[in-house]
Amino acid sequence: MSAKWAYTLAAIISALIVIAFVLDQVRTVSVLEFSLRYAVPLILAAMVGIICERSGVINIGIEGQMLMSAFAGFFGAAATGNLILGTLIGVGTGMILGAFLAVGAVTWKMDQIIAGTVINILAVGLTSFFYVQGQVLPGTTPTVTIPGLSSIPLIGPVVFSNGLFTYAALIIPLLLWVLLFKTRWGLRTRSVGEKPSASDTSGIGVQSFRFWNVMLAGLLAGMAGAYLSIEAAGTFERGFTAGRGFTALAIMIFGAWNPIGALAAAFFFGLTEGVASQLQADEVVAIPQQFINMLPYVLTIVLLAIVSGRVKPPAAVGRPYEKD
Amino acid sequence: MADRRVLLQASGLTKRFPGVVANEDVSLTLHEGEILALLGENGAGKSTLVKMIYGLYAPDEGEVLIKGEAVRLSGPRDAIRRGIGMVHQHFQLVPVFTVAENVILGDEPIRWPFVNMRKAKAEVARLAEEFGLQVDVDAKVEDLPVGTQQRVEILKALYRKADILIMDEPTAVLTPQETDELLNVLRGFAANGVGVIFITHKLREVLAVADTIEVLRGGKVVGTTTPADTDAAGLAQMMVGRSVLLTVEKSPAETADVVLDVVGLSATNDIGLPAVRDVSLQVRAGEILGIAGVEGNGQRELVQALTGLRTCRAQSITVNGADALGKSPRAIHAMGVGHVPEDRETDGIVGPYSVADNLVLDRYDEPEFARMGVRNRGAVTALADELVGQFDIRTPSSETTAQSLSGGNKQKVVIARELAANPALLIAAQPTRGVDVGSIEFIHSRIVAARDRGAAVLLVSAELDEVLGLADRIAVMYDGRLVETISAEEADRGRIGLLMAGHTAEDS
Amino acid sequence: MSTIDPAQTDLGYTDPDPRRSGPLDRLPGIVLPVVSVLLAFAVGGILIWLQGVNPLEAYAVLFSNALGTPEGLVRVMQKSTPLILTGLAVTIGLRAGLFNIGAQGQLLVGAIGTAWAGYHFQMPLIIHIPFALAFGILCGAAWASIAGVLRAYRSVSEVITTIMLNAIAIALVDYLASEPLKEEGQPLTRTPAIADTAALPAFGIVPSGFILAIVVAVFFGWFLSRTTQGFRFNTVGLNPSAARYAGMSVKKTIVLAMAVSGGLAGLGGAVETLGVTGRFEPAFNAGLGFDGITIALLARANPIAAIPAALLIGTLRTGGAALQFQTGIEPEVVDVILAITLLFVSAPLVARLLFRNRNIKQTTVTKGWGA
Repeated sequence: MSAKWAYTLAAIISALIVIAFVLDQVRTVSVLEFSLRYAVPLILAAMVGIICERSGVINIGIEGQMLMSAFAGFFGAAATGNLILGTLIGVGTGMILGAFLAVGAVTWKMDQIIAGTVINILAVGLTSFFYVQGQVLPGTTPTVTIPGLSSIPLIGPVVFSNGLFTYAALIIPLLLWVLLFKTRWGLRTRSVGEKPSASDTSGIGVQSFRFWNVMLAGLLAGMAGAYLSIEAAGTFERGFTAGRGFTALAIMIFGAWNPIGALAAAFFFGLTEGVASQLQADEVVAIPQQFINMLPYVLTIVLLAIVSGRVKPPAAVGRPYEKD
Repeated sequence: MADRRVLLQASGLTKRFPGVVANEDVSLTLHEGEILALLGENGAGKSTLVKMIYGLYAPDEGEVLIKGEAVRLSGPRDAIRRGIGMVHQHFQLVPVFTVAENVILGDEPIRWPFVNMRKAKAEVARLAEEFGLQVDVDAKVEDLPVGTQQRVEILKALYRKADILIMDEPTAVLTPQETDELLNVLRGFAANGVGVIFITHKLREVLAVADTIEVLRGGKVVGTTTPADTDAAGLAQMMVGRSVLLTVEKSPAETADVVLDVVGLSATNDIGLPAVRDVSLQVRAGEILGIAGVEGNGQRELVQALTGLRTCRAQSITVNGADALGKSPRAIHAMGVGHVPEDRETDGIVGPYSVADNLVLDRYDEPEFARMGVRNRGAVTALADELVGQFDIRTPSSETTAQSLSGGNKQKVVIARELAANPALLIAAQPTRGVDVGSIEFIHSRIVAARDRGAAVLLVSAELDEVLGLADRIAVMYDGRLVETISAEEADRGRIGLLMAGHTAEDS
Repeated sequence: MSTIDPAQTDLGYTDPDPRRSGPLDRLPGIVLPVVSVLLAFAVGGILIWLQGVNPLEAYAVLFSNALGTPEGLVRVMQKSTPLILTGLAVTIGLRAGLFNIGAQGQLLVGAIGTAWAGYHFQMPLIIHIPFALAFGILCGAAWASIAGVLRAYRSVSEVITTIMLNAIAIALVDYLASEPLKEEGQPLTRTPAIADTAALPAFGIVPSGFILAIVVAVFFGWFLSRTTQGFRFNTVGLNPSAARYAGMSVKKTIVLAMAVSGGLAGLGGAVETLGVTGRFEPAFNAGLGFDGITIALLARANPIAAIPAALLIGTLRTGGAALQFQTGIEPEVVDVILAITLLFVSAPLVARLLFRNRNIKQTTVTKGWGA
């Protein structure tokens, strides 16, 4: 999506939000809070996608990573009686599956989409098999309110009064942007994703870069999954992640593989969902629940249809690197 | 030369791959300030040799001494550290990065935790100035013309303080004028004490600039000489091992009616920029019109437009009078147009398919080979066997997968397929690129035979010698336009070289 | 961009180095899937053993329940039918270079469409059955064509769109079965029962749907290797550039392939409706959609091989249901076994252990995003 369009869209939406705030404070803040909560796992998952794809590896398995991590985090916390430990277990699970993908796609040069699909299927199978009824979390995650900043009208309560995962989801894209475009790691990562042969001849280890990036990106997927079961829902169900891992890929594309773009796109998604839910709750529009459920998926397809072909992915994405 | 310091000494280098010995017992010596030309045809082992010197491959046998020290290179990084710089034939540049970013990639100046771009840009600009290589450090490489991109490649090596410079077919994409400029730059490097290994298959350049010439054939060194001691014919003989026809024998053209008539064709390239500007041309039955020009001046888009693979605007395009403008590739093919694409791997053949299926790729659904949607395997095999014999395609059988054939034989498959249909118009783009000399002769003779049988042939080639040898009339393409069309007799290499570089009659 | 031609011998082509082939290399392509399955059973056996049950006993229960009784056999055939068809759906897609992960959604759409055609009309059986089946096929085909058109004309990856369409389909059919198409006078979310004239008969214990699925599989095996349209599918899947240059319409082929793929999945839903459930009732299947992928990859994208692959999974799922009752092992162990089977089949792990010649043809789908 060309930058001009994106900025215009962002400006229009911001304006609409302000207008809505003036008309009805309570509802607007409520919708925004909902939107942000909805967007958190999408943001983190999209970061995973960005890191992997900027390195040249397609990661279709984010969904599976999130699912396993949500599972591991939840049951880990329940079993150990410790939320932090549970979170770490969840995050670590994401990384382990990231390592799976790294070995499969980078070391063994498997077809990347098949490798990712295998992770998804494995995740569904394993979480179903080991699922145990009736487990509960040992408590809830704390909400951290930043004094002063959280009093700013409109933005305050939405942004500055959240759980830790949410803060992470807001900070990480900014961090990733700096890393990707201002540091040596970022330059080399991007070169590996655009033209690996150039990186190779410059003495950069293409395979090892891809391997470590894919594996470490799994940490973020683990965070996304752990967020879902520990902070957001406080529970775990089979099929819990409901396609968010794939929606995150669409968000990545919509954000042009740019962390800040993806952050905005994810928020936009959340906003759509939030507005629709609010309209339905207020019975302003009589939409059957199923269509509300459909909304994010329909939106994904529509956005992709508009944006595809206008944004360029990293040139070497999807192709295992073969030395000549 | 022998009294200067030895920068690089390779002895007894051998490298084997499954099924082939790429280099056998190869040695070379490079002195300070020397330009050493490595000469050989495609597949002779020149690239493999320098890849071993550069650390991309590990030799199976033999050793490399860099400035007197025996080394086992762990990779390009190691080679770079020891002062070896490589300028690749296919540029190893990241298109979306700027010049500065490309040059520093892998050796970035740091102001922790960030890359110090300011310092990088200053340093690159300084180097460019010092060595006379004009370049804009902030420009994105993908926006730069090919000659400038090559300068970026060279800067990469200089940035890392290379005193041994390896250049792999550097003039493949340059006009004769740009080539001369480059050769001058190389002489400048040599004067500064840098040693240059210069890989090429172009005899003229070797004789023009080299101090020492080493000829490779079939992976081995077949001769080491100097320009004073040899000439083009002698070098060609060493390269190929037998007397090579440097020109194609052909009788004068007997032309008839106009087959292809193009008026005012314009087309854009993949990113929307104009690539073909208002081109008009005619090709008659029984003649070969050769379009010369450095790649990237619109030839590709022109051929795609004529074969229906790219949309274009034109006043008219007709084949034997029938309208071909805006028609699909299928329809144009049905008008009797054969097309040998410039990239056979992606466009010409389907690797996993058998040779037979590849030979009927454009005709698989014709009544002879399929009825009511069901394919007739027997008919396909019969035709394939016939064509394999006719075109001397080296393959165990027509059922072998095409992927396992050599480049030259794959190209023969493509040529066989196109000529078997007896086209009224044959469009051949870079027909002998990456093909061994024996197959080149064969393919050239087939193109001439087609022309003698009455076909009209449009030949597009970046190899000026090929165009001069085959064509009856020659046109030069530069910046999307056909600048001039002259007959082969009047053609003069120097003049065409100027036209290829964009100098028109008014300039001289 | 290889600087060394693979064949610089005088022969002009590559001679596979005879020193590098092992005796195992001459075995047919069936070895890898079979070994993968056996190894996966071993891993599953470990999981079962960890739960305190003898794996051999558990497997015996599984197989005897599935194959040892007439009821079990019928159930196996019934379960295998949609599996064959969704496996075919993914297979056809793969051959044309497309990864159709949306077989689940296409199946649901086909199922409900067929249900409607089955209860809404009165026709003689000989017309009603083909009509209802055809309607289901069309629904599935249309659903998949959305992804096909987007891929062909907007370069949108079908991987994402088919997954999205899955989710949309699940919501859509749930809505349809709870409002406009709902069976009156009762609270459940489902359509009315189909007319008797639409019900698929059985031949002895063999359901006619099963026979139909096998016939369709054989047909597509023939289709891909012997017809011009099949040739187009294969060529577009292997090398779209060359296909274009050879005069084939890549875009149209992609749309057609997705439509055929969706139609097959829709047929799977249709047969399920007319032959087994007798109506449409949305049921939550977490993993059913992925079985088609497992089958297609196990079968190495070969339509005929999809039959035994589907039968294997059908057997496992039928027998798995009895596991919990008789041994206390959760039926989801089957999911784990299948996931690991898929892992072994697609990762060059088992292959490298078995074969010294590393040139095993790997199934490849990835071409970047909608290239």
